[in-house]
Amino acid sequence: MLNFSKINVLIIYLLFVFIAIFSVLNLQKDENKFFEKKINLGLDLQGGSYLLLEINSDSLVEEKIQSKVIPIKKLLKDNGINYNNFKINKNNLSLNLDNIDKFDLLFNSRKENLVNPYIDNYRSYELEYKKISNKQIEIFFSKFGLLTINNSALKQSIEIVRRRIDDVGTKEPTILQRGEKRILVELPGLKDPERIKSLLGKTAQLNFRLVTDNNEFGTDELISENGEKLNVSKRIIMSGENLIDAQPNINNQNNEPTVSFTLDRLGSQKFGRATTDNVGKRLAIVLDGEIVSAPNINEPITSGNGMISGNFTFQEATDLSLLLRSGALPTPLIVVEERTVGPDLGEDSIKSGITSLIVGFILVILFMLYKYKIFGLIANTALIANLLMLTGVLTILEATLTLPGIAGIILTVGMAVDANVLIFERIREELKTEKSVIHAFDSGYTRAKITVLDANITTLIAAIILFAFGSGPVKGFAITLGIGIVTTLFTAYFLARHLTSLIVLNAKNKDIKI
Amino acid sequence: MTNINFSAKFKYANILSLALFSISIIFIIFKGLNYGIDFKGGTLIELRSNNTEASSIRDVLKNMNLGDVNVKKFGQKGDYLIKVEQTGDNNKLIPEIKKSLSDNLTSEVNFRRVENVGPKVSAELLQSGVIAISLSLAAMLFYIWVRFEWQFSIGSIIALFHDVIITLGIFSILSLEINLSIIAAVLTIVGYSMNDTVVIYDRIRENLGKYHRLNISDIANLSINETLARTIITSVTTLLALLSIFILGGEILRGFSFAMILGVLIGTYSSIFVASPILKTFKVSYKTLEKEEEKIVP
Repeated sequence: MLNFSKINVLIIYLLFVFIAIFSVLNLQKDENKFFEKKINLGLDLQGGSYLLLEINSDSLVEEKIQSKVIPIKKLLKDNGINYNNFKINKNNLSLNLDNIDKFDLLFNSRKENLVNPYIDNYRSYELEYKKISNKQIEIFFSKFGLLTINNSALKQSIEIVRRRIDDVGTKEPTILQRGEKRILVELPGLKDPERIKSLLGKTAQLNFRLVTDNNEFGTDELISENGEKLNVSKRIIMSGENLIDAQPNINNQNNEPTVSFTLDRLGSQKFGRATTDNVGKRLAIVLDGEIVSAPNINEPITSGNGMISGNFTFQEATDLSLLLRSGALPTPLIVVEERTVGPDLGEDSIKSGITSLIVGFILVILFMLYKYKIFGLIANTALIANLLMLTGVLTILEATLTLPGIAGIILTVGMAVDANVLIFERIREELKTEKSVIHAFDSGYTRAKITVLDANITTLIAAIILFAFGSGPVKGFAITLGIGIVTTLFTAYFLARHLTSLIVLNAKNKDIKI
Repeated sequence: MTNINFSAKFKYANILSLALFSISIIFIIFKGLNYGIDFKGGTLIELRSNNTEASSIRDVLKNMNLGDVNVKKFGQKGDYLIKVEQTGDNNKLIPEIKKSLSDNLTSEVNFRRVENVGPKVSAELLQSGVIAISLSLAAMLFYIWVRFEWQFSIGSIIALFHDVIITLGIFSILSLEINLSIIAAVLTIVGYSMNDTVVIYDRIRENLGKYHRLNISDIANLSINETLARTIITSVTTLLALLSIFILGGEILRGFSFAMILGVLIGTYSSIFVASPILKTFKVSYKTLEKEEEKIVP
């Protein structure tokens, strides 16, 4: 174990230098980097916000099942199936049929089935039905139908969340899908997430609807911005989808902040027609079910440009135009988890983390020197090499360092010496029975090898499991702990062993104490 | 090498372990664990003020009807940690609390940290925490079973249970908060305690092969003594590192490092006084090794 071929020694030191040199990259100044790699600081160290958003697809399912009502009725009428007692429930439709068998054939036909499309990816229909009694059936979304609704809502939401956050202009945001219903948003450096949270909390569904008393589509009673009760037609003249731009403005006449918008071609046509036909009536501008304002239509608006006023502050006008530009979210987003750390706490954490690292490191080094003298020096050299390699690997991986991650490094310092302690203690034992010092060292290393490996693999298992199940900062701990074990094994079994061999072989069997 | 007669003390150690274990179980069941917002849901706010009293923060929050509110000092003077159990709508709740505190406290308020965990997420976090700990125990059981014999595997897993339960028991007795970082600590304790046990087991296995005439008590005794210096030195260096985190690492790491310190002490004890006597119970001898000789290819 003490004989190293020259080529082995070369490989060991080259590998060490290659990895360790990456740790130096972290000292680069931001302005003149010659190599783009460094350890990222976690949100708990640099400050920032972590938000976990969840889409609420209940309302979407409700909406989607309602949209099936007309096609289903049409299908039944066209094929001469009589029905009655058609009820629209929260997430299903129930009805009585006189010919369920015929309905079944039509409902589960794969060809040109517009009512109940077949989803090839999942080999399943969008809808399913079950018999409640001989005549009555209940129609609802299949498992995969729901999944499809969820997925497309989630994809769309991510896109819109990204647009809104980019529009606000935070640096390096991370936006990722998490599971089937969630979106993870990380906003480094953000002091106060409330504005972003409120921007993400609004679906921003904009509708233009007429104020009217009786209407074939039915009406909703909504309250206007002045507290006036208005009956608003359920028919949507035009929605936010037709908007191509929106900007905050100051109205020249009364200096009030407003939002001016531009419509696409289809939108201009729809809007033009509706305003031409309804001059003199009032048009309600409805955002998320609340009236923003309900102005009179004084003249037809065919230019495709319009303006929304509604007692805004300039900030509100800015936010509303941002929301309108980015498009509507398919469902409301709920913040299910939030973790925000202010920048000064992050700085304090770095300071206390580094201080405890340095102090812990010095304590361990002094203790090892006291215990093993010259061989303590070797163990300490290995420890320093270990730290350099650990930060080197973290840099290569561009890992994220968190406060628990720093704790993981400190713990590595404490536990890393274990490998060398195991070996040195074994050598001490071997020296008692073995006459040749070289042999004693040699067999010490050989015999301790299995134990060192076994002992470290157990901690590695714990670190891997923690990495798989941990979240955020805790993951950072698992990373440093796990990598620390690997670098520990390398430094103890290659670097420290080589240094030991230099001392032992040079001493030529003279009495060496350990 | 030391020559301490450990096996003579196994009996007392067993009684002590059993007592600590039972007390811990009783406390965990009847007093319960003090879950933080990670596992219970709720809102946590860390704020820094010039010289606000905890009572004035409590008064402000009392007027908001938030239900159970807990305000305590955190670190330096003027720093407080506020916990609100009510979950509610994150989008409304947090800005309201912040505004109310900024408006009604005389001192300037700096919100250093805000955490909010909804009821669904907290249930999931707790579940994945429990799965992680169970899985790590199972993985250790399997690893030792592969590397040693089943008797060793059972012995080490009992020692691990002992460590985890007593650590959690002490947290229950002292009403210390269990959060995500404590789960990380418990998993690390599992790794550390296992590490300690493996070193002694390795030596026991080696000595069983070497000294056929010694019985398992003597073998265990000899092995513990032979590895004692290492056990102590490694515990000391690890504890030095942990004490440094505990004292200098700031408030956020205090619970974590405290759990780890407990775990290292208990884990070191259990490798000697729990994991080793169990081999005696199973009547492990060199014959146990011979039966499965082909399995050991070190």
